Amino acid sequence: MTTLWHIFLAFFIPGILGYGGGPASIPLIENEVVDHYHWMSVTTFSNVLAFGNSLPGPIAPELAGYIGYHVGGVAGSLMAMFATIAPSLLLLIVLLRLLYTFKDSPKVKWLTLLIRPIIVVMLGMMAWNFFATANQGSGWLPMVLIGAGAFILMQRFRIHPAFIIAGALLIGALFMG
Amino acid sequence: MVYFEHTCTEGYGFDVSGQQRENRTKNDRSKKSMRIYFDIFIAFFRSSILSFGGGPVGIPLIEEEVVKKYHWMTLEEFGDLVAIANALPGPINTKLAGYIGWRIKGAAGMLLALVACVFPIVIVLILLLGFLTRFQDQRWVRGMTQAVLPVVGVLMAQLTWRFVTSAKKGMGWTLTLILIAASFILMELLHIQAPILIALTLLFVLLKPWKQRSKKEGASK
Repeated sequence: MTTLWHIFLAFFIPGILGYGGGPASIPLIENEVVDHYHWMSVTTFSNVLAFGNSLPGPIAPELAGYIGYHVGGVAGSLMAMFATIAPSLLLLIVLLRLLYTFKDSPKVKWLTLLIRPIIVVMLGMMAWNFFATANQGSGWLPMVLIGAGAFILMQRFRIHPAFIIAGALLIGALFMG
Repeated sequence: MVYFEHTCTEGYGFDVSGQQRENRTKNDRSKKSMRIYFDIFIAFFRSSILSFGGGPVGIPLIEEEVVKKYHWMTLEEFGDLVAIANALPGPINTKLAGYIGWRIKGAAGMLLALVACVFPIVIVLILLLGFLTRFQDQRWVRGMTQAVLPVVGVLMAQLTWRFVTSAKKGMGWTLTLILIAASFILMELLHIQAPILIALTLLFVLLKPWKQRSKKEGASK
């Protein structure tokens, strides 16, 4: 029981303090898992992290699921994921429920409207960062070719992104290694 | 899997889609309700399994499923959701998945969306970590990650553009561009974090007295 409680705490705290989403909470998770509870060494942790990063999906809950299993079996795994995901999700549900209760009020309409420019900058900068990272990693030519190809296939031929991502993975494995 | 409703970026009200959903369930309740669980699972499994790089990469992929393919919410609702989810701490993808699942089918929908989003990769991690660590430094694995980045960049840029047009529809080009420029300066040059800006906007809207709704605002910007 104490182990489960510790697992809960170890992932609850980074989840609640991790502003900026999953990646921002990783140093905090490391602090709990490595320095505080000594569940694994720095090397093991960075191995798991590196591997988790090369797999798809949200990194923080995946890390939690793996480390929780490592420490406390299936129950530990479930507990760690619960502690990472549940608190902020519950907060979100309550907040949005409140918002949509008043969805016809002019205030909420203005909020929705005024928030859009912020979203534009937020998402725009994320897009920019993806291109910048790609440019650093593979150079500009592969980036432009793949980007332009993806754009044309999606915009012009309405191909589902799943196929384009699969195609890009294949190209990357064959030619960009 | 060609998606047809590519142009339905807006004007697709809350009530309309709600009514459609209701009619559908009335027609053929049991079959359709099983179908919706299947759809929820597929939507979040697919968007998660494709989001190489984690975190924000998942946002346009989830939008692809939730807004464009299954029409569970409008682009505007999705925008509010992303903004507010971003203002709260914790991992973004599971917040989006959990909330959307909850809105479609309550607690069961929420759990299903979360399971679809996280479990497959956790199981892979647990079962194969020892075996697969050997590959992680292989050049072809890094090549794959590199090659996906521009695709995700394009997806994200497209989503960004759709929010630009949707903001323009609501308040015209001038105000839209001014506010985008203001947000850019505040966030990127003065390094005020998005959550703080969103919280300020929320406070501003709540506290400002709204006598006549035509009044243009000076905003918290």
